[in-house]
Order: sequence, then C-alpha cells, then structure tokens
Amino acid sequence: MNYNWNWGVLLEDPYFTWIWTGLGWTCLVAVCAWIIAFTLGSVVGVMRTLDNPIVRGIGTAYVELFRNIPLLVQMFLWYFVFPEFLPEDWGMYVKRGIPQPEFWTAVVCLGTYTAARVAEQLRAGVGSIGQGLRYAATAMGLTPVQVYRYVLLPVGFRIIIPPLTSDFLGVFKNSSLALTIGVLELTAQSRQITEYTFQGFEAFTVATVLYCLVTFIVMTLMQVIEGRTRIPGMLSLGAK
Amino acid sequence: MFKKILSAAAAAALVTGLASTPAQASPTLDKIKSAGQISVGHREASVPFSYMDDTGKPIGYSIDLCMRIVDEVKKAISMPDLKIKLVPVTSQTRIPLLANGTIDIECGSTTNNLTRQQQVDYLPVTFITGTKLMVKKNSGIKEIEDLDGKAVGLSLGTTNEKAFKAAAEAGKLDVKYVMVKDHPQGMLNMENGRTDAYASDDVLLYGLISKARKSDEWTVVGRFLSYDPYGIMVPRDDSEFRLIGTRVMADLMRSGEMGKIYDKWFNPGPTNINMPISSDLKKAFEIQALPY
Repeated sequence: MNYNWNWGVLLEDPYFTWIWTGLGWTCLVAVCAWIIAFTLGSVVGVMRTLDNPIVRGIGTAYVELFRNIPLLVQMFLWYFVFPEFLPEDWGMYVKRGIPQPEFWTAVVCLGTYTAARVAEQLRAGVGSIGQGLRYAATAMGLTPVQVYRYVLLPVGFRIIIPPLTSDFLGVFKNSSLALTIGVLELTAQSRQITEYTFQGFEAFTVATVLYCLVTFIVMTLMQVIEGRTRIPGMLSLGAK
Repeated sequence: MFKKILSAAAAAALVTGLASTPAQASPTLDKIKSAGQISVGHREASVPFSYMDDTGKPIGYSIDLCMRIVDEVKKAISMPDLKIKLVPVTSQTRIPLLANGTIDIECGSTTNNLTRQQQVDYLPVTFITGTKLMVKKNSGIKEIEDLDGKAVGLSLGTTNEKAFKAAAEAGKLDVKYVMVKDHPQGMLNMENGRTDAYASDDVLLYGLISKARKSDEWTVVGRFLSYDPYGIMVPRDDSEFRLIGTRVMADLMRSGEMGKIYDKWFNPGPTNINMPISSDLKKAFEIQALPY
C-alpha cells in the first residue's frame, strides 16, 4: 500500500484544535438531542399505553411518522423544507436569526427521531409489567397519574435501561449525520483534515478511537445507573 | 578474429533487442489493458465542464477533451474496443479516488495547485478562473468587505473555501460560514435565504446562474480572490500516461481546435454561459502548444 503515514500532522495546529472542537460539537449535539428524546419519548410512550383511544392515536401517529422516514431524509426536511412552511419572518428567524441554526436543526431532528424509539421502548417496558401490579395499585386507591408516577414508570424505566443504553449510544453515532447540513462535528472535522493534509487514515482512526471512548463512557454511566437503581427482588437478575 | 565477430554479433543483438521492446513502463496503461476498461471520473453539476444532460450522460468541455485522450489511449495500447467506465466524483472524492487507482483520469473543474501535486499529476491548463462571489442583484454587495457580519456558503474541500477564509481573515471580517457539500446545495441555500453570498470559481457561478430558476435574480461580483488554473488530473508518477495526454492537448492547441471546443461550450454554449475566450486563456493555449 503506497501510503505514507504521518501521525504527527494531527498534533499540528490547526488540525489538533479541529479534532477537539469536532468532539465537543458531537457531544453537545448528542446530549441536547438525548434530553429532547428522553422527555418527549417518555411522554409519547406513556400516551401509547393509556386507554383513551385519541391519546393513544396521537402517540401512534408520532411514532409511525418519525420511525418510518430515514434519518438523513428527516435531517434535510428539517433544514430545507420546515422553514419554508413557517410564516415569512419566523422562517427567516429560524434560518438566520438563531445563533447556529444548523446545530439546533440537527438537535431537533435527532431528538424527535430518537424520541420515537424511546417511546416504543417505554411502551414495551410498561407493557411487560403484569396487569396484576396495575390493578393492585388502582385497588389501593391511587389515581391513574399516581399509578404511573409511583408504580408503573419506576418499574418500566428500570426494565428498559439496557435498550435505552443502545438508543443513547445511537444518538452519539447518528450525530455524525449532522455533517450533511453543515455542523462541523467530529466526522466532518476528520473529512476536513483529510482535505487539507490528505492524511485520511490517521484522521479517521483518531475519530474512531474518540467515538469508542465516548460510547464506552456512556455505557459505563448507564451500568452505574442500572446498579444504583436496582430494586432488590423486583426484576430478575439473570441478565446481569 | 573469432572474438571480433562475437563481440560485433553481441552488439548487434543488444541494439536490436533494445529497439524492439516498446518503452512502456506505465502502471496506469498496464492496469487499463488488463482491466479492459478505462475509468473516467466526471462531475455531476460543474457546468459547463462536466455535468449531466437530461438523459443522465456526462457532457462538457472537460469531457470532450478527455474523450480525445481516451481515443489516443486506445491507439497506444491497441485496444479499439476499450470500454469506458464513467465514475461520478465530487470535489471531496476526486483526489482520493485518483490516488488509489479507482479512476484513471479525472475530467472536471479541478484546480491545479502545488499541494494537490503531492498526490496527483495534471495535464496542461485548460481554463483560467478564480474565486468570486455570487449574490442577489439587489443586495448591494460588491466585494468581500461588504460581507462583514453576513453568511457565506462555501463548498467543502475546494480551493475557494481556503481562499475565501484566508481573505476574510486577512481583512479581519466577521463572516458566518455555512458549509455545503456541493454546488446545488449552495445554490439552494442562496435561494431560500440562508446565505447572502456563495463563493466559488466564477465560471461555475455563471453555470449555476444559467441553470437557476430565475437567472436574472443573481449576479457575480468581486475581485478574484484566488488564481485557479484548471487541468485534467492524471495519476502521479506515470510520465508515460501523462505524455499521451500532453501530446493530445498540444495537438489540439496547435491546430486551433482547442479554441473551437472552447467556443462550443462557452460562447455561448448549450447553457448560454456567454463567456468569450479571455486573452489570458488564448495566450495559455499558444504557450502550451508544444511542438514535436
């Protein structure tokens, strides 16, 4: 292979700062998107487990819409199409007025997409709790809100911590799609370094290592959360 | 006596041996010959150098020149039925694909500069242009200094990106950069108001305007922010292959056919670009018309 390796180029300015700013943007996009995804997804997930058919219908519509369109297409729709449907000055504000419009577009897009997945996880989690627990809670005189708040959701969330971890990691990896609308996150910066120095292998190897590091930290964090929130005797400890 | 005859015979054999082997130490030609096809890289929207027509076939100024070179390659390796594989490339993929051998020649709107010559080689200059700005006619923007505090679209991986950023830094301008991955996306950003200007080679800007929905909304302004001579790219360290290309180009320039091909695409050209040949380019053709 006729490639001359030059790892030192990544330590030079400005490439060194590019990698770290890229990593910063990746983490920022992913964390902000996850906050949206978790809150919105929990709400929609609960909506899908309620008895009221209208509320359940809204939840289903949301999930089906955001699950069935590829993420890249959603990114372009949010960036190019959505501002055109707003009234003229709101549209201009979204396109030009907000600082970092691409960043916020990417966060909203990634957040709503992942929210659909979180909603499904939560629906599965709450659904897997036996009917007995729900009836016992109601029989004790708890209102539906209290049933969810004190019984169903605590258990439901604990059940879905493993698949939720996958979605959390997914948000970090999907943040790389933000490069198509101009967010200079880690993958975009690696490509820029490749443009300027033609040392693509080194740039992408470093990006891979950094992605693995970040996801490893996330996984460890979720494992700690799982350990700390475990209710003894509540769930089977077979899958430790 | 016997020794004399022997040494004379040996010398004769050596000379005839040298004369009969063709001097073909070209890895690219060997690869083309063994694959039975030549891979030609082309652009999809670099009007009028290399772009797709309505049927999806690549056409353009650089494509015409490249096809002449392909004909010469067919003669050089005696394969008149050589298959031509057309590979679309972007400004970001063209150099890696040429450097790793996926394409054998790149026919687009690629600037020849010294940094790129560390990875690839170039044939003689076919066009001369530089970075300019495309703006809305009534925006009042005339030069790069008017873009202080505004948003500018730049295509990733182009010389225009580097030239514009250098000029903005030198002038201490506060410009917001909106990076796009290709020219159509840059045009889209201009049309929906995300950017106030799009910086690219002036001829490509004229091409984008000629293909735009409302051509008279746009104009190209500003001084040249960079010097961009275009050339067809060929693999590095393959003088034999490059010589074939250089010979074809010199023949075209010497016979005056180069001027005719230029006028076919630019004056006014199928996309009505309307750019008669500049004196610089005419001189460049004369200078590069090397004799045999």
